[in-house]
Amino acid sequence: MFKYVVRRLLYTIPILFGVTLLTFLLFHIAGGDPAAQAAGKHASAEEIALLKAQLGLDRPLHQQYFFYLQQIATFDFGRSWATKQNISSMFKAGLGPTLSLTLPAFFLAVLITISLALILAHLRGSWVDRLSLVLCLAMMSISFLVYILAGQYFLAYQFSLFPISGWDPDPILRWTYLALPILIAVVVSIGPDTLFFRTVFLDEISQDYVRTARAKGLAEGRILFKHVLRNALIPIITIVVIRMPFLVMGSLLLEAFFGIPGLGGIMFQAIQNSDFPVIKAMTFIGALLYMFFQLFSDILYAAVDPKIQLR
Amino acid sequence: MSQSQKPPARRNSLWWDALRHLRRQPLAMVSLGVILFYVGLALLCSAGVIFTDYALVDHNRPYQEPSWENWLGTDIFGRDVLARAAHGSITSLSVGFVGTGLALVIGTLLGALAGYFGGRTDDLVVWFYTTVDTIPYILLVVSLAFIMGPSLQTLYLAIGLTFWVSHCRIVRAEFLKHRERDYVQGALAVGASHWRRIFIHILPNIFHLILINFSLVFVTAVKSEVILSFLGLGVEPGVPSWGMMINDARLELPRGVWWGLAAATGFMFFLILAFNLFNDALREALDPKRSRV
Repeated sequence: MFKYVVRRLLYTIPILFGVTLLTFLLFHIAGGDPAAQAAGKHASAEEIALLKAQLGLDRPLHQQYFFYLQQIATFDFGRSWATKQNISSMFKAGLGPTLSLTLPAFFLAVLITISLALILAHLRGSWVDRLSLVLCLAMMSISFLVYILAGQYFLAYQFSLFPISGWDPDPILRWTYLALPILIAVVVSIGPDTLFFRTVFLDEISQDYVRTARAKGLAEGRILFKHVLRNALIPIITIVVIRMPFLVMGSLLLEAFFGIPGLGGIMFQAIQNSDFPVIKAMTFIGALLYMFFQLFSDILYAAVDPKIQLR
Repeated sequence: MSQSQKPPARRNSLWWDALRHLRRQPLAMVSLGVILFYVGLALLCSAGVIFTDYALVDHNRPYQEPSWENWLGTDIFGRDVLARAAHGSITSLSVGFVGTGLALVIGTLLGALAGYFGGRTDDLVVWFYTTVDTIPYILLVVSLAFIMGPSLQTLYLAIGLTFWVSHCRIVRAEFLKHRERDYVQGALAVGASHWRRIFIHILPNIFHLILINFSLVFVTAVKSEVILSFLGLGVEPGVPSWGMMINDARLELPRGVWWGLAAATGFMFFLILAFNLFNDALREALDPKRSRV
């Protein structure tokens, strides 16, 4: 197990290198002249040149790249152009609000969609199953934005069930503000996740061990909830991990609409203000988190499935 | 010399079976009809045959409710919402087709090279797509669009350069499998070039996967357009787009103006649903082993 983890860790090194290279190329070469953007529209040529020297943008590319790697290694991404805040401390401040939105949403969604999928797998082929399929596809055909707009307008504005938007730093009081975004996040994931889990369960149901269990005379419900669910753990972990970046980043739209001061909200502000270093740092941090979750899931696989050997 | 695993008479059977299967499914056929309807609508709009008054500003009639004159009401500039929603299908379909086409070309080319040649080429391509995949796609697509500035070309490129990864992975796996098969070895024996084996021999055998992935990526592309437009990274202001209309609804809803949002959502809903349903039927028809999604 230890050996596996070490190997898996070593494997992330070229990927990490790739991510630094890609974000560097993206923002330093394709992104035009950041100094001109930072200085603003009315800056003179001298001002831009001065700022270029300050930001180190007049140096050769490989030096700039080295400087970028240094920033990453020390986790110091400089300051935001818009707010002049330190980006690392912005990130630290945003992590809590984001997680308090996305973690409950995520676990609720997984719980609900797995239950729904198990019920559909049990009723497979019936009209309830087919109707639910079409309903799930229909729910997937509406933009995330529309869910947010409609939820905010009807539930918060018209019926005053929730506050329209806002935030409270207090860990208890913030839940009144979080309830509606969490609800929306859960509703949005019902369509795709139920369909995915249903496929997973149906794939398992056609396996031999299910036939054996049935031949033994076990009740269908017991087979489904005990045997199938347990064997479907691997694909379930996969989707859970795929959804994990959402925990940190995917709530961009929700946070923007509900005024939650998390990472998504920071990213949204940065896009609005063309805040170059913040977008760059967020992109890199997002990739880093995703890498971490993938590592975590691979280790989890090895723990769950005895068939996965130390390659 | 063994030539092919299947006798020549059954070579097209996958496609004929799929066609027969699809034609038996009314839902799939209706979906196809809806997709063709949108294509026709977009073509007629861009040719200037119907809804020609989509940009006609009438400052005396802002936010008119739906009526016989304006079936879906008017927007803040007094423009007809129905006409704007219809013209929005041009933006969505072109982003869908061009962006998806680009993604599939990149994914197929890289996947084919990696799977066919293996070795260093494979390592490089796998490293590249793992790297791209590591950046959460919403951040990648936003960064790309941010760097290039808002325009239709930006949307094409941002979507094309982001959503090729999963397709590339599938194509690579298929090429890995196919290059060992007898028919490819046979082609090698009669002196077919690499190029010929990749594109003439193997590619047609995995074409059904390209078709399936097309409608999957298409749906993602159309949805991404809406979100990018909302973030101000989509089309230029003034170009009719469903994303822009949904974005405008933020200011319209508190005034009780719901028709702009309803029109854009409705137009988008039927297009995406048709693609989702059609893709579902297509997958089942083309891949009999796969259980129904």
